[in-house]
Amino acid sequence: MAVTLTPTAAKHVAAHLVKRGKGVGLRLGVRTTGCSGLAYKLEYADEARPEDVTFVSHGVTVVVDPKSLPYIDGTELDFAREGLNEGFRFRNPNVKDECGCGESFNI
Amino acid sequence: MALLQISEPGESPAPHQRRRAIGIDLGTTNSLVATVRHGLAVVLPDEEGRPLVPSIVRYAEDAVEAGYTAMEHQARDPQNTIVSVKRLMGRGLADLADARRFPYRFVDAPGMVRIATRAGVKSPVEISADLLRALRARAEASLGGPVDGAVVTVPAYFDDGQRQATKDAAQLAGLPVLRLLNEPTAAAIAYGLDNASEGVYAVYDLGGGTFDISILRLSKGVFEVLATNGDSALGGDDFDHRVFCWVIEAAKLPPLSPADARQLLVKAREAKENLSEHDEATIAATLAGGAVINLTLTKAIFTEITANLVAKTLQPVKRALRDAQLAPGDVKGVVLVGGATRMPQIRRAVAEYFGQPPLTNLNPDEVVALGAAVQANKLVGNRERNDDWLLLDVIPLSLGLETMGGLTEKIIPRNSTIPVARAQEFTTYKDGQTAMAIHVVQGERERVADCRSLGRFELRGIPPMVAGAARIRVTFEVDADGLLEVAAREQTTGIAATIAVKPSYGLSDDEVARMLQDSFAHAADDMQARALAEAQVEADQLAEATRSALAADGDLLDAEERAEVDVALARLATARAGHDHAALRAEVAALSRATDEFAARRMNRSVARALTGKRVDALSD
Repeated sequence: MAVTLTPTAAKHVAAHLVKRGKGVGLRLGVRTTGCSGLAYKLEYADEARPEDVTFVSHGVTVVVDPKSLPYIDGTELDFAREGLNEGFRFRNPNVKDECGCGESFNI
Repeated sequence: MALLQISEPGESPAPHQRRRAIGIDLGTTNSLVATVRHGLAVVLPDEEGRPLVPSIVRYAEDAVEAGYTAMEHQARDPQNTIVSVKRLMGRGLADLADARRFPYRFVDAPGMVRIATRAGVKSPVEISADLLRALRARAEASLGGPVDGAVVTVPAYFDDGQRQATKDAAQLAGLPVLRLLNEPTAAAIAYGLDNASEGVYAVYDLGGGTFDISILRLSKGVFEVLATNGDSALGGDDFDHRVFCWVIEAAKLPPLSPADARQLLVKAREAKENLSEHDEATIAATLAGGAVINLTLTKAIFTEITANLVAKTLQPVKRALRDAQLAPGDVKGVVLVGGATRMPQIRRAVAEYFGQPPLTNLNPDEVVALGAAVQANKLVGNRERNDDWLLLDVIPLSLGLETMGGLTEKIIPRNSTIPVARAQEFTTYKDGQTAMAIHVVQGERERVADCRSLGRFELRGIPPMVAGAARIRVTFEVDADGLLEVAAREQTTGIAATIAVKPSYGLSDDEVARMLQDSFAHAADDMQARALAEAQVEADQLAEATRSALAADGDLLDAEERAEVDVALARLATARAGHDHAALRAEVAALSRATDEFAARRMNRSVARALTGKRVDALSD
């Protein structure tokens, strides 16, 4: 299993990293915020920490901390446009239910 | 489903906490709206990818049009199509020396001039608001929801009346204005100069029809406008006109019809824009009378015929520096704003005058809006990175407390720099609960049993309330010496309790490393444990609520209905004893469904009780 990006997502992440001018890749993770469920982390990675698990998908490095990995293993990160709006979306096979907007979820 | 954005490291917002912030450059000719997306400021384009919104509002028969739609009707419906309303903001008719240049039906009014349109008499504030509404609509469509805060830019020379009028317009358009920002300051912020070293910066802004120079001083992260100067009748359009005159002379053209003149002016502008990238540009046109024009304008000729325009911009620059009592050499950096600053001869002249190359890597049309977006993003509370902060010391293991089900709630995550303070609100779990035990723990594991206990204390004297009504704010504060103080405070009564501990006490580096390793090794178990514990808490809460409801209002159910609820309760208890969190969640859902009707009846009864014996007119308050 692994964490991957769709080709579109990879293209956008790579472009953003170039514009940002630094960073080794993308960090995906989850935050356990108590009884309100889990929340995704989607950040630039300036470095991979020793404990991180690293994947490369379509040329983009994705780092995941080992505590988050079980929650998002198998996830594919996609990029989508909805009208003028745009952004990333987690396709996470571990999710059982999520709040209507997809920002927090349960497994 | 929301679309997520990439954040800076360590700054992912809590769910639903990212606030939509925009920056608006409300320009004389064109306006723009920008936001910070994926950590970078970007201008928001329309469906056709056009970044600009022409600053034009038209009052049509049955609608208000703004931007390109309004622009299309400008020639046909000039009295109801308002352009350059910015020039009228906060101005009385007496202030407008050039009122006759406008094709509008002006109405003099105290304070500010007004314009009679087919939609009625409109003030510049209302017209600006109609333009801002279009920008707001674009932003909301692009960001997927209402705007939480906006920064609107104004020229540095705007007086209080003009600023107030701009603010009123934004409020009228339903935009929560965080603040107005001077255009040159916004440009400097877009270049990140607010994080640069202290000193004097110049912002050279050559727009379509106006030229502004501002001298700013940065001190302690704040820009102060030292001096402004400019020429309200000098801009990129004058360069187009020089090329136009050159064409007429070179092709020896007779006086032109208005249509031919318009066509040639467009060609002149295209040639000007081409020359920013290329060494020569072709001007080809066929006039109404059949005359064919085919000329090549070289960069050298273009520079020569516009040399005195370039020189003309340097006069206000000199005056501004003199007003600020500074010399060109005192300026640490120069920012270029406005599309006309793409012309190489402008860049060269500025570089020569200040003795340094100007900053040009951002789009000069967008730089003001981008800076406003950066400022709005900061003011609205989306955290920004602080690259310049010294990494003094970090917390090696997360600090948190125990919540229901024996789970840890992390308050301060590991690797946070100290000093640090974080607060979170908690509530009571049971009806009438008057005390709360706070168990402070350290570590990365999900279960309290797997973390290190730092100390416990109790908050007593919580007024009896229904479960979930009390608000208890728990604050974790680690000072520069690494001393942790945890305080709990009930918000309505103010009762409080605290504990102070040294988290690092008796903890060696090896132990920290081991605790971290354990948390990585047990990540999967911890995930299961958390899921189960959360389901258990939910199950207990629902079972408890159901039992107390049955005790109070059990008579609302007939025997068959009661039996159904009892069965669901029993099945829940069985699942609660097991270790399958999915099965337990399913039973929670089943019990919840089985008691839906019961809950509705209880609600009706309590409403009926509340209303019994009351007069209808007594209910209105």
